[in-house]
This record gives sequence, structure tokens and C-alpha cells, in this order.
Amino acid sequence: MSDSTGHQKSLQTPFSYRIRNWFGEAVPILILILWSVIALFPIYLILINAFKERKAIFKLPFNLPSAETFSLIGFQNVSQRAHFGTYFFNSIFVTVIALLLTLLIGTMASFALAQYKFKGVTILNLVFSIGIMIPIRLATVGILRLMVSLHLTNTLAALIIVYVAQSLPMTIFIVSSFMRQVPQELIHAARVDGASEYHIYGLILPLIRPALGAIGIFTMIPIWNDLWWPLILAPSFETATVTLGSQQFLGQYMTDWNAVLASLTMSMVPILIFYLIFSKQMIKSITSGALK
Amino acid sequence: MVAYRKHRKPFPWHIIVFLAPALIVYVIVMVIPLLDSLSLSLFTEDPENARETIFTGLSNYRYLFTDYYYSPIFWSALKHNVLFFIIHMVVQNPIGLLLAAILCKGGKIRTFFRTVLFIPTILSFVLVGFVWKLILSPVWGVSKTILNLFSLGGLFQPWLGLEESALITCSLISVWQYIGTPMILFYTALIAIPDELLEAARVDGANPWLIFWKIKFPLIIPTVGLVTMMTFVGNFNAFDLIYTMQGALAGPNFSTDIMGTLFYRTFFGQQQQMPNQTLGATIATMQFVIILIGVVVYMIWQKRTTVYEY
Repeated sequence: MSDSTGHQKSLQTPFSYRIRNWFGEAVPILILILWSVIALFPIYLILINAFKERKAIFKLPFNLPSAETFSLIGFQNVSQRAHFGTYFFNSIFVTVIALLLTLLIGTMASFALAQYKFKGVTILNLVFSIGIMIPIRLATVGILRLMVSLHLTNTLAALIIVYVAQSLPMTIFIVSSFMRQVPQELIHAARVDGASEYHIYGLILPLIRPALGAIGIFTMIPIWNDLWWPLILAPSFETATVTLGSQQFLGQYMTDWNAVLASLTMSMVPILIFYLIFSKQMIKSITSGALK
Repeated sequence: MVAYRKHRKPFPWHIIVFLAPALIVYVIVMVIPLLDSLSLSLFTEDPENARETIFTGLSNYRYLFTDYYYSPIFWSALKHNVLFFIIHMVVQNPIGLLLAAILCKGGKIRTFFRTVLFIPTILSFVLVGFVWKLILSPVWGVSKTILNLFSLGGLFQPWLGLEESALITCSLISVWQYIGTPMILFYTALIAIPDELLEAARVDGANPWLIFWKIKFPLIIPTVGLVTMMTFVGNFNAFDLIYTMQGALAGPNFSTDIMGTLFYRTFFGQQQQMPNQTLGATIATMQFVIILIGVVVYMIWQKRTTVYEY
């Protein structure tokens, strides 16, 4: 219906109005295209040049690799000098374990905060919500002293512990708001049937699965990308993550253009693929208010 | 009496079981270290035994604010950090709002752009830093070639290497990366506005520009506050990008030094400078105070702002 009236309108309205209408539609799209070029061109330039020989990188930086200019020398250099296998393993290990621990103990705490009325609920909520706004980096001095005294420096465990602490406040904030929406009748019915509180927790978890997925994605990206904690707590070569490892490699071999471009590509591609797979869910989960 | 006792509820152990893991991790890894950092700023290393510290009250702060050699470094890092924040506020957030305002109309094309525009935001600062370092490098020269397309090649300078332009360049690169966050937050707020509110204005013949500023923008003021607070906290806590692009010395000649890099250099030591844990803790405390002021101001403001529930 709105379509047909719109059509009539454009027939009846004067030419100048139609021009303005077209203008109003085209300019916004042009702005989107312009910013997309600004956003993507630097990334594109790195990706295409990673597959070229050195001469072509400098002579024809804007051309796609061709049969003559194609070369994998950068990737060979990287695999000889850097240990990206180790870095990837460390990053995946730290991210996955930290994520699972965060989800487990975060949902447990959220369950208690959402379902029970006891003294201190308000204070606990406040304490955790301060952690959302005050970045954990400000506690670096104390955390490093703690890890030194526990002999945990240069271990992946140190990173995992810090990432769990970093991710907990936001997780608890979001999950508990979801758990408050679970119908109370359901819980009462389960209690009448003699289910223990631990069973009820297990019963509620599947009901908030969409929220858990969103939290998972938004917890993973900052952990994967983080430079600060690996640099401070675990800078050794055995414990370096992809982010720290590529930072060190890039700083050291800045003059080997092939290797630099190849290592940037290797660190970028996994996260780009991950994003392209999950982007719909990611953005949907923010916009649906799952992460308000 | 007996019956009463029987009906008394047992101690709620399960609540403790549910809460303890999160609380223990949070308190041991966040709360206590934070308090430890804050209190360490009141101590100084014992000159006779470097492992011991002695209580010296506010002497670290006096040193930080007034020392002839050191205080100028602190004040300039603070100044740079304020500029870093201002650039984010005047470039990143308005562009983010503009993109969100365009995207919120919906449709397939816009959904595609929404996905594309968010890409830089998911990359790490390390990657972004090196990507731009290469793009802006005079050795590679791609920026100059691009500027030549618009006959602006003469404008090209090694921006990251010049004292007067390095900080602005780093800030704009940070903007380039982070713009997805305000964009998506504004977008979320804009699409939540119910159509009925806008329909009336449209019937009255208000143009899109007027509708945006008179109806939509006032409705998303809470998000504007949220984005401002997040930008503030993120900027006064920033480190990775400057460290990646300009090193711990935040060159050239400390022109890109911000609180995060100053803290790192002071705490761990760099080249000529000896590591100083207590002075590092003092700088971290200053960051904490600045961020806390920002958060408190935001919370007071938030309480006073009307939030419309649709």
C-alpha cells in the first residue's frame, strides 16, 4: 500500500522534488561506499602484496599478484624465523579456556544474583558493575606482583586467570539480566518436583543460550587481540600469543617487507574468517539488545 | 518448639557455592591488586635495599607534579592524552553517528555495509598499527601515489615521524579502527525508536534532517553519554597502538606519549631510565583517578537524564 502511494507521489511531484529525492538516496550510499573504501583499502593492500615478490611490492603495489609477480617467499621467511604455530596454539588455548571458565563461573554467579534474595545482593551487583567500567589494566602493578609471588609469570595460566577476571563483570551483568526474565513458575515447578538448586541451574542454562553465544563472541575478540597482558605477564617466546608474537616479529624484521606483509596476513586472516562467519549473529545480538 | 526448629531453613550453602568462584577470582585478581597498586603509590623504594619499600606519603605525587626533570614529561603525556580524547570525540563519534544514521534506514545494501564497516574494529591494535605504518611509510610510498591521484602528492609528509603531526596521525588511526563501536551503538539506539514517533512528523512534512535532529537525536542522548564515557575510559587507558607504532619511547621525541606509555616506561624502565615500581603505581593511580572521575560524572549525568522506554 505504501508502495503504491509512493509511486503516485513521485508521478505527481515536480521534477525538482524527484531530483532531491534521488539526491537524498544517493548521497548516503556514496558516504557508505567512501567510508568502506577507507576501512577496507589498507587491509586489501596488505593482503594482495603479501603474495608478491619484493620488486612488485614496490613497483606495482596496487596490482593484484600476477603469474610473474606471485611469490610465497614472505610466508617461507616467516615460517623459518617465527613460530606462528606456537603462537596460534597459545592464543587458541588461552582464549578457549578463559572463555569456558568465564561462562561457567559467570553463569553460576549470575544464577545466584538473579534467583535468590539475600543480604548483600545489591552490594555484590555494585561491586561487579564497577568492574565493567574500571579497566583491569589499572591494576597491572598489583597483578604483576601477585603473579610473581605465585610464580606464574611466563605461564599461560596467568593470562587465563586475568582474562577470566576481566570478562566476568560484563558476563555477570548480562547473564543475570537474562536469568531474571526466566519464568518463576518454571523454577517453582522444578522445586516442587524435588529438583535441587544445582539441577535448577542446569535447567536454566539452555534457556539463555542465545545470550551465552553473544557473550562468547564478545569475550573472545578482546582476549585474542590483547597485547598488554601477554607483554607484561608472559612475554617469553614459549608463551607468546599471536598478537604479541606478531608484534615482536614485525618489530624485529621491519625491513623484510615480504615477511612483514606475510605475517600481517597470517594474523589477520583467521580473525577475518571468524568475523565473516559470525558477523550476522554478532551484530544481531548487539542490536537485539542482548548486550545492552 | 521442636516443630519450629524443624522448619528453620538450612544454611543456604548453594548460594555460596554458586557465588564463590566468581567472587574469589574477581577479588584476588582485580580488587586486591587494584588496591595494592593504589597503596603502593604511597611508598618509595628503599635506597639501601631495592626490594623493600618505605612509606613516604604523597612524595611520589609531589615528584610527579613538580620535579624539575620529570614533571614536564608527566604533564605533556596528560596533555597528549586529552588531545587524543578530543580527536576521538570530534572525529570518531560524529562520523560513527553519521554512518549509523544512514545505516538505520535498513535494507539489504545497508546490511552489507554494516558488516563491512565494522571490520577494522575486530582487528587488534598491533595489526592496525603495522598496517598503517606500512601504508604511511615513505619507503613504500603508496600514500603518496594515492595523493597524487588527486594531485595532492605535494602534501605528503612522513606524518608519523614528525613531532607536530605524529600524535594526530596516531589518533586518526585509532579513530579509523574504533569507529565501529560508536557506529553500532548509535545504530542500535536509532533502530529502537518506534516508527509511530516518526510517522507523525513525516505526515506533517518535516524533512529527514529536521526529523533526525528534533526527534531521533534527543531520543538517543543516553547512548551519546554512553559512547562518550566509553571513549573517555578507553582513551585514558590506551597503550597498544602507540606502543606498536611509535615504541615505548612514544617518539619522535615523546610527542605521542600518553598515560599508558608513560606508565609502561616508568614501571619497566627503558634504555637510560631505571624501572621504578612505586612511581609506576603513582601514574596508574592517576589514570585510575581520571577514569573514576569520568565514570562518576557519567553516572550522575545518567541519573538526571530521562530515558524513554518505548
